[in-house]
This record gives sequence, C-alpha cells and structure tokens, in this order.
Amino acid sequence: MPRILAVDDSVSMRGMVTFTLREAGYEVAEAEDGQVALEVARGANFDLVLADVNMPRMDGISLVRALRGLPQYKGVPILILTTESNPEKKLEGKSAGATGWLVKPFDPEQLVNTVKRVLG
Amino acid sequence: MNNALSTPASTPAPAVVSIPDPGDDTLQSASVAGQYLSFILGDEEYAIEILAVREIRGWSKPTRIPNAPPFMLGVLNLRGAVVPIIDLRLRFSVEKIAYTATTVVIVVAIGKRQFGIVVDGVSDVLDVSAEEVCPVPDFGVAIDVDYLRGLTTREDHMIMLLDPARLAGGEVWDLVADKKAPEGGVNL
Amino acid sequence: MAKVDLARFHATFFAESLEGLDVMEQGLLALEEGDREQVHDIFRAAHSIKGGAGTFGFPEIASFTHVLESLLDDLREGKRDIDTELTELLLRSVDVVRNMIARAQTGEPLIDSDSDSLLHELEVYHGISAPVESVGTSAAVSSGGWQIVFRPHPQMLSGGNDPLRLFRELQGLGPLQVEVEAEHLPALASLDPETCVIGWRLQLDAQVRREQIEAIFEWVEGECELVIAPVASADTESATVTDTQPNSDLAAATAIKQVLTMQAEPGPVRAAPTVALGESSRSIRVSIDKVDQLLDTVSELVITQSMLNQLGEDLAESRLEVLREGLAQLEHNTRELQECVMNIRMLPISTVFHRFQRLVRDLGHQLDKQVRLDLHGSETELDKTVLERIGDPLVHLVRNALDHGIESPAQRRAAGKPEVGCLRLEAFHRGGMIVIEVSDDGSGLHHEAIMSKAVERGLIGPDDQLSDTEIADLIFRPGFSTASVATDVSGRGVGMDVVRRNVQALGGTVTVDSVVGQGTRFVITLPLTLAIIDGLTGIVGGEHYIFPLVSIIESLQLQAKQVNQVPGQGELFRFRGEYIPILRLHNLFACSDAVTSIAQGIVVVVESDGRHVGVLIDHLAGQQQAVIKSLDNHYRRVEGVSGATILGDGSVALILDVPGLIRLAQRKTAA
Repeated sequence: MPRILAVDDSVSMRGMVTFTLREAGYEVAEAEDGQVALEVARGANFDLVLADVNMPRMDGISLVRALRGLPQYKGVPILILTTESNPEKKLEGKSAGATGWLVKPFDPEQLVNTVKRVLG
Repeated sequence: MNNALSTPASTPAPAVVSIPDPGDDTLQSASVAGQYLSFILGDEEYAIEILAVREIRGWSKPTRIPNAPPFMLGVLNLRGAVVPIIDLRLRFSVEKIAYTATTVVIVVAIGKRQFGIVVDGVSDVLDVSAEEVCPVPDFGVAIDVDYLRGLTTREDHMIMLLDPARLAGGEVWDLVADKKAPEGGVNL
Repeated sequence: MAKVDLARFHATFFAESLEGLDVMEQGLLALEEGDREQVHDIFRAAHSIKGGAGTFGFPEIASFTHVLESLLDDLREGKRDIDTELTELLLRSVDVVRNMIARAQTGEPLIDSDSDSLLHELEVYHGISAPVESVGTSAAVSSGGWQIVFRPHPQMLSGGNDPLRLFRELQGLGPLQVEVEAEHLPALASLDPETCVIGWRLQLDAQVRREQIEAIFEWVEGECELVIAPVASADTESATVTDTQPNSDLAAATAIKQVLTMQAEPGPVRAAPTVALGESSRSIRVSIDKVDQLLDTVSELVITQSMLNQLGEDLAESRLEVLREGLAQLEHNTRELQECVMNIRMLPISTVFHRFQRLVRDLGHQLDKQVRLDLHGSETELDKTVLERIGDPLVHLVRNALDHGIESPAQRRAAGKPEVGCLRLEAFHRGGMIVIEVSDDGSGLHHEAIMSKAVERGLIGPDDQLSDTEIADLIFRPGFSTASVATDVSGRGVGMDVVRRNVQALGGTVTVDSVVGQGTRFVITLPLTLAIIDGLTGIVGGEHYIFPLVSIIESLQLQAKQVNQVPGQGELFRFRGEYIPILRLHNLFACSDAVTSIAQGIVVVVESDGRHVGVLIDHLAGQQQAVIKSLDNHYRRVEGVSGATILGDGSVALILDVPGLIRLAQRKTAA
C-alpha cells in the first residue's frame, strides 16, 4: 500500500486530505509544518509527499528542497498545494524540486485523481 | 386537563398523542397497546410500559432534597447519574408503609431524563392489546387521574395503566415539555 | 471511491478560521503599533481561510478573503504601508469574515449588504477592477491525432516526474505509440541513473484538444523539450515548441490558463451545514504533550492495577504491607490521572484577553479617550467552560471602565494625570482559585452619587449607615441600573448585577474596591474547574452537605452568650469586627433530628460577594474533593444547592450554593 505524507498547517485541510486518501486506500501520515514533516520523513520512506506552501516555521518550498537533499527522497514524487492566486509559487516549487502541484481549492475527487496520476 | 400532550420525540416509548377524554368510550390510539410491567401498590395493581423501564433495583435510602414535595423522596446515584426517586404511595395518596426488603425501585426513562418510582413489588409482564384497554371513567374534577392511560383487566382484577411522563407531577417537573427548570438566580 | 462528504470538516474549518481571524486581529493591532513581523502571520491566516473556504464549499468567503489577501500581499511585499485607514479597513474585514463564518455555521446566506459594501471598499482601495471573465477554452481538436516529441532535460527525473507516468496518462486519452530516441545513451558503465539521456517520439491516436495533452505535461514544463503537433498537418495551428525557462511569459500564461480552467469548473456542491452547528465549542484542541502525559499516567495506572490483581489472587496476611503500598500507589495514580484529564480542559486566558485589544482600541476612538491596555498573566490556564463564559462579564467590566472610569484627556490633564489612561487586565492563581483583576486609573467610584442613587432606587433607606465596602457593593444590586447614565458604550440595559450573576453561576465571586481620583479595581475569583471542587462536608440531622472550600472563611463553635437576637431579623454574632447573621441550615432545608442549639453545633462562616454569614450545622465531617453532578439533568435546580456529588460509599451528597442559601434565608425572613 503506497504511503503518503500530508503536510499542512491547517487542521481542516490536512484532515480533508488525510481522510480522503485513507478512504481511497492509502496509508497516510500527517505533519503540521515543514519542520515536523522533515523529521517524520527522515525516519520513514514515503511514496509521495503532499505539502502546503504557506506554513509557519518551515514553508513547503523549503521542505521540498530539504527533502530532495535526503537520499531516500531523490526521486520520490512531491506535490505542493498552491492556490490559484500565486502561479509563481508553482514555478518556485518546481525549481526547488517539486514534482508538480495541486491547485487549491480542490475537491476530494481531484485530489485522489492527482495522487493516482502520480502513483500510478 | 391538557388534552394535547405529547411525549418528547426522543422517548423510546411509542408516542401517546392524546389522553382519552373522560366519557369518551373509544380509545382512538392503538399505542396504548404493548408490553407492560405490572406492580403492586397497596391493594392495587398498576402497570407501566415496559419500553420506558430502564432497571429494577432493590430499595436503598435516597438523599433527601430540601424543600421538595413529599412524594419526591430524594436522589440516588444510578451509575454516576443523580436521579430523583418518587414514592408512588405518596403520589397516589395511598397509605404509607415502611420500606422492606421486597420494596423495589423501578427506574423509568423519559427521553434523556430518568427517575425512579418506589413500589411494593413487581408482579408480571403483560401483553396488552388495544381492545383490552378501557378508558378511565370520569371521577369528577376532584380526583387527579391524568397519570392514568387506561384500565385493563386480568383474572377479574383491574390493572391501571400508567403514563410514565405524568408520574413525576407536572408542577414539579415539566417532563412533557422536557424543559429545564427556570434560572434559580431570582432577583430579590 | 466513496464520495467524501466535505461537511464533516466544516466544524474544524470554522473553529480554525475563527482562530485565524483572532490571529489577524491581534496581528493588525500589533502592526499598527509598528510590529512589521506580524504581517506574515496575518497573511498566512488570511491565506489559510481562503484556501479552506474554497475547498469546503464557501466560495463567498473565499472570494472575500481573496481580495483581503491581495491587500495583505502588498503589505507583505512592502508595496504599501500600513496606516490607520488601512488598519480600520482590515479590521472591519476581519469582522465581516467572522460574521460570514457565523452565518455559515447556521446556514444563513453568507453575503449581506455589509460584506458587499466592504468588499467594494477593499477593491477600490486595492485598485482592483471587477474580475475578468475566464477565457473560453479553445476547441483545437485534431481529427487525426497528435504527434509528440518529448525530450526531457537531463535533470528532469530529480523532480520526481517519471516519464512512464506521463505515457500512462497519455494512454488514458487513446492508443499511444512510443518510439525511443536513444542516440545519446552512454556506455552502461558511465550511466547515471538519475540523469535522463533519452527522448521519445510519441503518436497519440485520439481526437483530443491540445490542452488535454498540455495538461499532462504541465508539471514537466520547462524541464523538457516538448513539441505537440497535430498529425493532419493541414491543421492551421502550428506546433508549439515549449522549451522555456520557468519564469518565461509563456509558462506563466499556460499556468494562468490552467488556473482559469480550474476556476471555470463547477465547485463542489455545498452540503447543508446542519451538522456543524455549535460543534466548535463542543470540541477541544489539545497539545500532544498533554495527551502523552495522559498516556503515561494511564500506563502507570495499568501497572498498579495488575500488581494489585496479582496480590489479590494470593493475599496472605504477611503481604498486607504490600497491599497498603499498592493502594497508596493507586491513589497517587488516580490523582495524577485526574489532574491530567483536568489539564486537558485547561486553556490559557490569552484567548479571552486578546479580544480586548480591539475592544479597547475601538472604544477609545469612539469615546475620544486615550487608553493603554496592559495584559498580565495571559498564560494563566482556565477550564474551557469557565473561559467561554467569563468573556461577557469581562467585556462588561472593560466597557464600564472605559466609559465611566477613565476620564477624557482634558479631565486627566486637569487632574494632573497622564493623558493616556491605563486599563489593566491581570490573571493569576491564588490558592486553588483563578483571580482576574480589571483595574483602571480613572476617577474611581463616587460614593455619594452611588448612595443617592441607591436611595432613589429604594435599595437603601436615606438614613442607612454603610461602610465603604458596602457602598461599593451596591453597584452589583439588581435595580441599580446604569440606565439614567446610559451611553452607547455601556448603557445596554445590562447592569453590574448581571456580571455578578454570571460570575456566581461559575461558582465565583466578584468584588470592587476603588479610590476616588485614583481608580477602580474589580476582582473576579473563579474556581479552577467546574467539574471538581474541594469541599468540606457538614452534617445536619444525619444528612451530608458539602460546602465549597473556597467560600469558607472559618468554622467555629459559639457560646450562647455570643449570639444576639434581633427581633424580626434573626440571630447575629460578632465576627472580625462586624455583626453577621446566622443561617440555620436545618431550618432552611427542613432537616429533622438536627442540632438546634447554636452552642452545640458548629457555625461555618462563609463569604459570598463580600458578605459574611454563619451557617449552623451539627458538626463537620472532613474535607474531600467532590466531582460535581448536575441535579437538573434528571430533576431540576434546587435553591441553595449548586449540585450533587457521589460519596465514597456510593450515596449522594448535595453541594451547597452559598449565594442561593442567602437568598433563601432572605426570603424566609421576609415571609
């Protein structure tokens, strides 16, 4: 079963992502900001990381950079969750090493489709 | 007497929509029918809808509530809930007797609220059909019978079917509306 | 996949958004004071609300916060400076979003004239014109399918994008032929698995729009050479070559187009927001530390329990000492567990205190008074229920202090005081209680004015002699309304009596002291928690009654000669320099077989809102913690009783409500 790490400082968004993906049969771990995510990711091997951009302590872009520095996350897909208002964040995320993005607002179906698309 | 009583929606018992008018000899509601737990009080036998019965327990002395009506014996701890106990002999103005080892408390639930009634002893479980129920005759205004749902007969003796929601006494405890008592903090 | 009902996340979203709005409000106030760093937190809060609102089906909130966010973004980027006008605008926006969330919780329409006009103001301020309609998607369908050349840049794989995934997706559109360009493939020995050195030529036999293909390659844009051309080359649309730098206009344009298409898609249907009603206050967010602590305690309890179990199976007299130790351990564990659980319900008072910065600021402007708010002890923790219910009384006291306490700058100058008044809110623990003080350096209470008003209202007789404390206490009396001096600020028909009643309902007390010309101080004392109290058990005629320990001053045995009879009023005795009445509990509660001679019983001196009374009981039976059970769950409220508790033997004991007892006694005396 693919394992996913969901990173978002918003409890409701994280709850929605986690719940939806678990319903879809994935194993999901949660982290409330980039720093926690990095700690969690270090000790495990996730198959996909979903990270919000705007977070306290460590933002999503920095998280992507940090994860790409870890040997076990060199080729693991990392999607950033951006909002429609700042397209430049997508590109910033891309240059930091993100695989792609998911534009907020998204509904559960879009989320699962995107995850399926990445994980096959 | 209020003719348009209704039990709270959450009551496990079938809702009794109306109390039959004295003198009206047809009971319009089939919901009077059902299983009843009968019990003895003095020389009389009463019965209460079994769906409203939570528990039957032995007598233990409740903690008295100050300035409560006499039939309100006090409160007991029922699995952590503080539940009032009513003496039916006092409620029905039957002569008071000492509580003995056979004295029993029937715990009744109306909606989310519970109370206990003290009776002399439990006697039987009855299946009562609508045809077996007779309306309560008109005793005249002097006698309070609004806690009676109807009368039925078993082996030549009468059993009074009680409306549990009305037992606690409307003036003390507005069970039917399931309202909490008004603020205690009255201005002086 | 089963459909996920978004309504299940609404309660969390509402609670979180309200927290976010508090952060914004606090941040804006601090920003106004010059704390630039706040702008990031404010922005993030607005951003989160917008994201959540869009996701959970509240587009009205999303579009409002979108405009708000744009303004905040300008602030963040330094394109705009904060000034009073902008702060005002942003604070009002916080209010509007708060209202929108409140309406979302009750299922009312989210937009009203307020939100509409403010949105317009925001847009005007920001210089945003009406949003442009989204561009229609072009219908460039190629009938003969598509030819795609896809040559990843060497580093493309490091972004986690797998070419195979892309091909699988293309296959989802139609039959796909793949041809590999492997001419750049090096010798196996020098092959770097993380570098992409091959390219592909693909043919997709599908009548799809160009955008559908572009969407698949969206994530690798800028990381590859991509040519998409219709197979029927007669097609007027020529092949687009995208080998762009990430920040090129074209990339941005495509990204924007993507955004527009997503926006054009219908949002999720909004579920009826009925479930979430009132949910926010029914839930609590607990730090992991507190939960861990709870878990530790429970595991200790389990160890003790299994130890006792073992002991029970083989209990010899010789092991009695071990049993005693085990029971002591159990007691220790239980107490710890209780503390942990209580701790979970404890939240810092800062959540309430911080509301006041805004209130004081707005009221100050409104009243033309300059006021500095000093907050102390914001980290003091209170039970969640107490915290929720103490807000209103505090608001009332603060309004009152600003309205009646603190003088205008001119008056202050004339009195030789600094023009800026000081309002101080302080919370701290004292002896198992929480104390909250609201003090100002204003004009203080004018005793003569209070006296004459109390006489006018018939609360006291014109010749009554009252101590300073008693005079100050008059303002809490029902009927001592502030109606005659009503203002916009505190004249809302709610008097101090309501404050006192609300505090009493929480098991607390409120007192006031004041020095004319120097200021007024209100002191609220509250129990730590509503769930458990420390109590002293008193026996009356064999019945157990529990006095809340906090209301007890002293218990003493009186001699008959210390008691004075006042005709028609009852019995008094002298206690610490004042005469205080004796309440006979056996009379008030009609207890039988109780001690009736004062000299043979015990008088427990209790305090309620600055007044002392002695309560006569038979004797005392020790101190204990009492878990409070409500009487009105199954019965109803009983005057003079605040609740019940369950004693060690399983029986019920009633907890005394001291203010209620006093009322009961007053009524009995009057009758």
